[in-house]
Amino acid sequence: MLKITSARGSKGLFLPLLGILFVVAVWALTSSTWAPALPSPARTWEVSKPYIVAPFEKRGELDQGILRFTWYSLIRVGKGYLLAILLGTPLGLLLGVSKWFTRSFDPIIQILRPVSPLAWLPLGLVIFQKPEPAGIFTIAMCSMWPTVLNTALGVRSIPQDYLNVARVLQLSRRKTLFRVLLPAALPYMFTGFRLSLGIAWLVIVAAEMLTGAPGVGGFLWQEYNALIYEHIILCIITIGVVGFGLDRVMGLVERRFKTG
Amino acid sequence: MNPFVEMRAVSKGFASASGRVSVLEDVNLEVGEGEFVAIVGYSGSGKTTLVSLLAGLLTPDSGTVSVAGKPVLGPGPDRGVVFQNYSLLPWLTVFENVHLAVDQVFAQATDAEKRARTERYIQLVNLSHAKDRKPGQLSGGMRQRVSVARALAMDPKVLLLDEPLGALDALTRGTLQNEISRIWQADRKTVVMITNDVDEAILLADRIIPLSAGPKATLGPAISVEIERPRDRKALNHHPEFKHVRSRVIEYLLGSAAQRRATRARESLPLTLSNALGEA
Repeated sequence: MLKITSARGSKGLFLPLLGILFVVAVWALTSSTWAPALPSPARTWEVSKPYIVAPFEKRGELDQGILRFTWYSLIRVGKGYLLAILLGTPLGLLLGVSKWFTRSFDPIIQILRPVSPLAWLPLGLVIFQKPEPAGIFTIAMCSMWPTVLNTALGVRSIPQDYLNVARVLQLSRRKTLFRVLLPAALPYMFTGFRLSLGIAWLVIVAAEMLTGAPGVGGFLWQEYNALIYEHIILCIITIGVVGFGLDRVMGLVERRFKTG
Repeated sequence: MNPFVEMRAVSKGFASASGRVSVLEDVNLEVGEGEFVAIVGYSGSGKTTLVSLLAGLLTPDSGTVSVAGKPVLGPGPDRGVVFQNYSLLPWLTVFENVHLAVDQVFAQATDAEKRARTERYIQLVNLSHAKDRKPGQLSGGMRQRVSVARALAMDPKVLLLDEPLGALDALTRGTLQNEISRIWQADRKTVVMITNDVDEAILLADRIIPLSAGPKATLGPAISVEIERPRDRKALNHHPEFKHVRSRVIEYLLGSAAQRRATRARESLPLTLSNALGEA
């Protein structure tokens, strides 16, 4: 398994590297021509170096290594994401099993779904009066929809045969849920979980920017205000790489459940 | 003889785009205890609807269904169903699939008893070697055997087989027919089997009841199969009774299809549709 990946990796790495190189070249060109305020790649590296080589260093509340900031953000996202799943899964199950529930709640879900994190956050601040729970609330409100919708889809797509088995055996509601509905819907649910995690991570920057909480997003905004633009780029790259990594990990988990 | 399984004046229809379609009309069926009855009919004539009514997965629009003297009001483990497409839960192993049923029906038994019962029925269909595999890792024939084991392990009063071998290749089909025959002779359950294979019906059943071509399908006159058991597949082909039963069943089915065609022509339905039904 590992062998296959590495064999393909050495050959398959060339084109992705080419793509990255191209983007870096455009970036360098842009900063040296028409957008002189944009730091060049070399300058970005130089200024960011202390944050990368000592990624867990804590020099002050607002001056910490990049991975330390990332860690704070991950914890925050983890909490919001967990809340999203804890709310979204049962909601999705209800939508999947009950036509009545779907008719009642699907419209409001469709209305709440496209609301931006920038809109939820102030509301969270009003409700909770504190930035930390407001941020978690925002992450949960934005990221739970794919879990809700995919869980509902998963339950609706369960073949009638499986339900017939449950009926012939007269399985209790609880047993039907845990032995038939959930396992059958699991592949769909994991697709939802993966998409939700992507959104949760997407929302972190907005949440931290507005609350000023320490994390990659907070750091990004603070460095913008401090005119250290190199760190904005460092943050963008970090956010991107971490998001990519999270998606990959969830993809692996998802695939495990699909084959199983 | 009091019928063990009984359908009286049962009709069932479904709503469709072009109005209500009556699938079964005035179906009467009586099956004695311990009897093996095969219902033979065209595909699409409402055979699966018939089984679903007996299983209680569907309720009739009119008429009554009863098993062992009690009206059927819903599905239950006293009627073990072997579904056409096996209906195994793919995330459970062979053992777990059968055990789920045993656990449910024999809730009061000890764990050891339930395990032993599960093992015994897996053994009965010769799958002990594969009991830890998931359905996805089994061939069609093996899956169907698991499905049979699951149904039998529930110790149902009636076994309902819905085209149990329909999806299998001819060779596997033959093997499984022998197995069903062997198992049935060992435990003489009441069986209602649905099939589109007349030879299969003659090999296994005490009585064959043809189902006329749908829509508005109904059961024709029962034909007894007076051939001593165990029936040997090879000798059967030359048995005079075999030829006799076979031609009667086929005559009835062809007759009902011709009649259907004639009715359809009178009702001036699209020609292609009536053709399709005739060839089915």
